[in-house]
Amino acid sequence: MNPWPFVIGAYAVTALGAAGVALWSWLAMRAAERRLP
Amino acid sequence: MPSLHALANPARFLKIAKPLTGACFWAGVALIIFAAWAGLTQTPPDYLQGESVRILYIHVPTAWLGMGGWSGIAIASLSYLVWRHPLAHIAARAIAPVGAVFAALCLVTGSLWGRPTWGTYWQWDGRLTAMLLLFFVYLGYIALVRADVERGGDGRIPALYGIAGSVLLPIIRYSVVWWNSLHQGESIGLTSSTIAPSMLWPLWFTLSGFTLFFAGVVLMRMRALLANAKAEARMRRMAA
Repeated sequence: MNPWPFVIGAYAVTALGAAGVALWSWLAMRAAERRLP
Repeated sequence: MPSLHALANPARFLKIAKPLTGACFWAGVALIIFAAWAGLTQTPPDYLQGESVRILYIHVPTAWLGMGGWSGIAIASLSYLVWRHPLAHIAARAIAPVGAVFAALCLVTGSLWGRPTWGTYWQWDGRLTAMLLLFFVYLGYIALVRADVERGGDGRIPALYGIAGSVLLPIIRYSVVWWNSLHQGESIGLTSSTIAPSMLWPLWFTLSGFTLFFAGVVLMRMRALLANAKAEARMRRMAA
């Protein structure tokens, strides 16, 4: 069995998951801090 | 050096957290990119697992942070119950979604590692099942916090849940010792490792990179929660 699709898939899922949670958190922080005077 | 009690003051915390957020996040990203490149191209394949061993460099940090996140929630919950630090409750709430994402990534990367190595994506053994339970415990905590906030609770019930959930951590840690498992036994200890140094070194970079990244994202969420609390308090004062 060729392992590379599994290796690439694991790295891609991790990159997407990590980028997604970072973007979601950054947008939440920016929106919340804009509410302050 | 400020004490933990001094840092529990939100204004003082924010003064430190603002420059630290970007520093942790970007240092983490740089380390992860370097280590992913090294793990994919600069290390030899394993004599048994071949190229699939490269999943190690991301699977171990996600497992470490899935479990480390809950340790953080348990410690923050305990300090909230004992010292009533408002920041401890904020920290636990901020860690939960990030820890849940890392627990899910641990399950997915482990599954993708399992297929070429064991011949199956999933096995109901101690380690895998306990990690899946931890993911559900995270989801339960997130739902409980949301319900507590909506009902104007003081955060004590989620804090008790945060401490109770930590019972899963030693079960995950020692599951490969207690039960026969498809999952490999402990290969990295505090002082020694059974992995050859030529294969192991990128792991230290991904571990430190993902830890810094995790800290940066948790700081973002803490800042968001603090800013929302401040804005809501201001609106209540204006309405009164």
